[in-house]
Amino acid sequence: MKGEKLIKKIWNSMKFPLIAIVLGFLVGAIFIIASDNSPIVAYQALFQGSLSSFSSFGETLYKTTPILFTGLAIAVAFRTGLFNIGAEGQYIVGAISAVAAGWYFQGLPHLPLIIAIVISGALAGALWASIAGFLKAKIGVHEVITTIMLNYTALHLSNYIAKAVLNPQVLEGTEKKAHTVSLTDAGKLTKLNEIIPQFEYSSAHTGIFIALAMVFVIYILLFKTSIGYELRSVGKNPDAAEYGGINKTKNIIISMAISGSLAGMAGAVQVAGLLYKVSQTPNMPGYGFDGIAVALVGQNHPIGIIFSALLFGILSNGSRKMQIAGIPKEIIGIIQGVIIVFVAADQMSKILEKRKKAKIKPKEGDEK
Amino acid sequence: MSNVVEMKNITKIFPGVIANDDIDFNLKKGEIHVLLGENGAGKTTLMNILYGLYRPTSGSIFINGEKTIIKDPNTAIEKGIGMVHQHFMLVQTFTVAENIVLGREPQKGLSIDMEVANAKVREISEKFGLKVNPEAKVMDLSVGIQQRVEILKALYRGAEILILDEPTAVLTPQEIEELGVIMKNLVAEGKSIILITHKLKEVMSISDRVTVIRRGKFIDTISTQDTDTDHLAELMVGRKVNLTVDKQTKEFTGNKVLEIKDLHVLDNRFLEAVKGISFNVNEGEIFALAGVDGNGQSQLIEAITGLRKIKSGMVFINGEDVTKYSSRKIIEQGVGHIPEDRQKRGLVLDHDLAENMILGYHYKEPFTKKLMMNYSEIHKHAKRLIKEFDVRTPSENVTAHSLSGGNQQKAIVAREFHKDLKVLIAAQPTRGLDVGSIEFVHKKIVEARNNGTAVLLVSLELDEVLALADRIGVIYDGRIVGSLDAKDADEKKLGIMMAGGTINKVEGGEDI
Ligand SMILES: Nc1ncnc2c1ncn2[C@@H]1O[C@H](COP(=O)(O)OP(=O)(O)OP(=O)(O)O)[C@@H](O)[C@H]1O
Ligand SMILES: [Mg+2]
Repeated sequence: MKGEKLIKKIWNSMKFPLIAIVLGFLVGAIFIIASDNSPIVAYQALFQGSLSSFSSFGETLYKTTPILFTGLAIAVAFRTGLFNIGAEGQYIVGAISAVAAGWYFQGLPHLPLIIAIVISGALAGALWASIAGFLKAKIGVHEVITTIMLNYTALHLSNYIAKAVLNPQVLEGTEKKAHTVSLTDAGKLTKLNEIIPQFEYSSAHTGIFIALAMVFVIYILLFKTSIGYELRSVGKNPDAAEYGGINKTKNIIISMAISGSLAGMAGAVQVAGLLYKVSQTPNMPGYGFDGIAVALVGQNHPIGIIFSALLFGILSNGSRKMQIAGIPKEIIGIIQGVIIVFVAADQMSKILEKRKKAKIKPKEGDEK
Repeated sequence: MSNVVEMKNITKIFPGVIANDDIDFNLKKGEIHVLLGENGAGKTTLMNILYGLYRPTSGSIFINGEKTIIKDPNTAIEKGIGMVHQHFMLVQTFTVAENIVLGREPQKGLSIDMEVANAKVREISEKFGLKVNPEAKVMDLSVGIQQRVEILKALYRGAEILILDEPTAVLTPQEIEELGVIMKNLVAEGKSIILITHKLKEVMSISDRVTVIRRGKFIDTISTQDTDTDHLAELMVGRKVNLTVDKQTKEFTGNKVLEIKDLHVLDNRFLEAVKGISFNVNEGEIFALAGVDGNGQSQLIEAITGLRKIKSGMVFINGEDVTKYSSRKIIEQGVGHIPEDRQKRGLVLDHDLAENMILGYHYKEPFTKKLMMNYSEIHKHAKRLIKEFDVRTPSENVTAHSLSGGNQQKAIVAREFHKDLKVLIAAQPTRGLDVGSIEFVHKKIVEARNNGTAVLLVSLELDEVLALADRIGVIYDGRIVGSLDAKDADEKKLGIMMAGGTINKVEGGEDI
């Protein structure tokens, strides 16, 4: 009986994202046909290119890793009723402080150094997000506004640090570079191909395991601890939470800090896993925004987010293979867009319906 | 007389519950027909089916003798059915007329012809004696008037059959009387009314027939003139109900547990809602604040419980100054709080019942140990309370949303009584409860009092105030305008004071 219910519950929460994904591929197929190509060839290239061998799957895993972190980050904030658009900025400060930690602790052996790097990324992201959390909780400035501003601040700050603080010229006395110093070998995450040779030239690294561990941690945090109970209560009904002695202000700040720490970790792990340094750039990394889509499709549930991050990893890895097969890469953008629009529309309609129901039929709503 | 509505063999199954089990119901033209039943009996469900919000699992509906499938509220409206829900759906910033014509606006070119709208609303309002100003903003209206706006909206859409779901739960005695007159006007004009209420006196005074359902099953349809309140109570609960409260008079120790000193509190618009209130509640005493809704009660309670900032004045609990305490610290002083708005404050509707039944002490052992929640304890606790307080629900795993209104209330009451209470602040503790449950909750409140809890009762129901209170204060316009011993109080005296008059004046024979 209970198991049956659970399956039904899972099915009900997955139904819509699945339909959205199918629709996304259908609409994608229409555009592929319109561009005089065969959808079968295209999708074959997509899936073969991202799943068919260890090395192509490794590449998919590598793409999945950062968005698994940022998807979780967005979800934690969502659960508390906050929209953290600032995962971009938190990722950036996480990445740059990973480099700083790598330099500062460079004498340490591999494992402690990795821990120092990841924690410093997490702390930097947490701190950065807390600014927005604090402003929201204490003064009521909307987090969307502050986090967007903090994204640009982070970008410029990171560029400045790369140029003037962590530049090889400053630290190692070499000529000026457009990037920071690199991590020492001890600070680099192990590549999967060093463990399983079949991964060959793929960029997959052990960061994926850190990400999966965080999925577990966040699941426990949200659903098994009193911290999660309070965060979720504030998210679902702040007035009732307050009535129950739950400090809204504190929980908003905590939620943003946790969210930011995950996004910061994304940056740190990306640096330690592949980039090893941070370059000056005029562009946002984009993982923060992808995280929003991942969280949406994953229904803000840690387990759902594993699958949706993997899906987006597949799409982004497979798109190159599709391009090689002669299909315009914009198709992937279209598929992603359709999925997001449908899932977002579903969430919107749920929110609207709930508002309506809360007023007209106070008892409906167990059918989710 | 002909049946305008016939519902035959209606069954509605929700996961884990049969809300309606083969129910027959019919409504004659021009009658006021009360639907009576315990909390969770299935009244709202049955009416939601008639209004097209739910589809029945099986059964059929005939409107004016014609078999009709009501697939959504639009169909219902087309068939002349209107429903006023307990929770209104008005746009607060719109005027009355704007709200009423919403979705069906008279057009003038591309814009709404407000003059026609106003005139039409005024015409309907006058015809049935509703006395509503179409140009008033909804947010400035009392709950009672907002309800009339809802009725007007249904009439404007051409309702011949009106469903009113617990309309009187939120009204003052005066407003209830006026609503009664309005309903009589409506049936005189040929409308037919289905009324859901738990107030048996009302049933007797206003209805023509009563249909009783119990646990989803049809029990009986009877003519009101052939019955009385005791009989009705017995029919709906299935046993004899004691409609009066057993309460021994007792000696008070005189220990002040809750002390309020010259409290000033602002409302959301930064106007002073509580204008210097002082009172004490002693150990083992029930102090009731009687008053018409909107005279500062809500702000007073929120201030005492740490949910609203206090502008000036002080609050003491057992001699400790708690004026600046957070809501958690106040709870930790042993304060239980049954909030006036169960859906806004009392429950996280999206969470399951088990999680709701620990709100406020969720972080304490045995529910949480070192931050980890112990869900098996939490579920055990919920099951215990569900049983003890007879909360009708398929299990503790359903969301609070899916409970009937009265059962949501019972869940909150159960949770608060589980605390080790030094102070109980009960605002409308029995709002929406059936007679059996009211009896039970009253017994619990008296029990707490007998065990030494200081009870602050805030209620719009004079019956409740008179039945429970040891001492009564009357609140009017943010002040306590009089306080008296319960044994000296009666409905008339309280009524006058609640309207802002003083008893002396009455005794002096002056007009108020
Ligand atoms: N949407 C829903 N999902 C699941 N169960 C529901 C839903 N709506 C109602 N129920 C269940 O159906 C039963 C009847 O509920 P209903 O709201 O009709 O009661 P009611 O007679 O109106 O009670 P009250 O007097 O407390 O308002 C209850 O047991 C309730 O838990
Ligand atoms: Mg009901």
